[in-house]
Amino acid sequence: MIPEPWTPFVNAIIYLLLAPVVGGLVAGIDRKVTARMQGRVGPPLLQPFYDVGKLFEKENLVVTTTQNFYVLSYLVFMAVSGALFFSGGDMLLVIFAFTLSHIFLVLGAYASYSPYSHVGAERELIQIIAYEPMIIITAVGMYMVTKSFYVGTIVQSPIPIVLYLPGVFIGYLIVLTIKLRKSPFDLSTSHHAHQELVKGVTTDFAGPNLGKLEIAHWYEYVFLLGVVYLFFAWNPILAIAAIIIAYFLEILIDNTTSRVKWQMTLRSAWLVAGTLGIINLGVLYYLRMVVVP
Amino acid sequence: MTYLAKSPWIVHYDGSSCNGCDIEVLAALTPIYDVERFGIVNTGNPKHADIFLVTGSVNEKNREIVKNTYDQMPEPKVVVAIGICAATGGIFRECYNVMGGIDKVIPVDVYVPGCAARPESIIDGVVQALGILEAKRKAMNENPGAAKKPAGDAR
Ligand code: SF4
Repeated sequence: MIPEPWTPFVNAIIYLLLAPVVGGLVAGIDRKVTARMQGRVGPPLLQPFYDVGKLFEKENLVVTTTQNFYVLSYLVFMAVSGALFFSGGDMLLVIFAFTLSHIFLVLGAYASYSPYSHVGAERELIQIIAYEPMIIITAVGMYMVTKSFYVGTIVQSPIPIVLYLPGVFIGYLIVLTIKLRKSPFDLSTSHHAHQELVKGVTTDFAGPNLGKLEIAHWYEYVFLLGVVYLFFAWNPILAIAAIIIAYFLEILIDNTTSRVKWQMTLRSAWLVAGTLGIINLGVLYYLRMVVVP
Repeated sequence: MTYLAKSPWIVHYDGSSCNGCDIEVLAALTPIYDVERFGIVNTGNPKHADIFLVTGSVNEKNREIVKNTYDQMPEPKVVVAIGICAATGGIFRECYNVMGGIDKVIPVDVYVPGCAARPESIIDGVVQALGILEAKRKAMNENPGAAKKPAGDAR
């Protein structure tokens, strides 16, 4: 057995090694299910791995060399925030590292001269502004229920968190659509071929840099689905089922809606955070402080 | 087989075509032909693409654009000329502004015949281009400096 104090490190290392594999598979299943929903056969399950393998075979074409630094920082901070999360670290620290990694992506897009890349960067910033309140509310809600910001404590709590935070959970699922870059909120870039703003925030990344971006997305997938797990942590089987259903719903929404304008994205994300999130926290606070002191 | 042949991403440019060939290129993406089965993605961004599909001929206005799009693609890359217009200028050859086929501006690797080229032959052309792409990658690995030099004007 691994000695107790080492478990966080072991968990972090397992995450760093396995998350790209799991994330890539999730992306592959995503593309397959999407194709089936559109009446197509779809690519092989391992297609995302082929894509990234290919990107690393290509020439690294950069507009400015600072792009290399920003893309690498994006990948590293994304991996770090996930590793902190899976090693049972502080939720708030995880969120800060997560946001920081996206700032690097935005800076990378601003470092080039392409107007498409700049529009993508602006939209990425708008997305960050849109989802950030809800992510913070999620962490605060979990703190109110379990009295801890530490993922390690939250995951071991016997309390069925989702029953206390139904509003926060639904709100989280809605911002998950933004985070997974799914319609109707795939403003800054989308995994669907051919969209009108070339390729948004990824326009000026080619070859290995685009590959790193893709691997960072895989890390991100696993981290985001890990947060869904926390809501159901008292029952792991239910949690896995919840993750599968949540992801399927995301794909369904992706294929049945068209993209909205950025104003609408910002408004709906904040409306959700402001109503579902805040009201849920308010009710929880009231029950805790007034009804059962 | 390497990853390159399993994941060819294309960028499609419409020169001065009559739009017939373009419709056929897009038809290849529909459920009937579904080129995503082969990992083919229509990216719309030359910097992400491996294969440059050109329909229609080059004229005095768009030659810069064709050249620029080609130069923006990272090595290794291949060009597929779709339809007779892209091969020689086709029925527009006599026009005062038309220069001729795509190979007047950039090196073409595969010519797909037809007016309009059928989706089956377009897919066939892309599959043939994959072999060339693979050969180019090998050459690039053996001689890394070669990729750095700018693509020469084929004229
Ligand atoms: S080859 Fe024929 S169908 Fe294709 S662009 Fe030219 S004229 Fe149109």
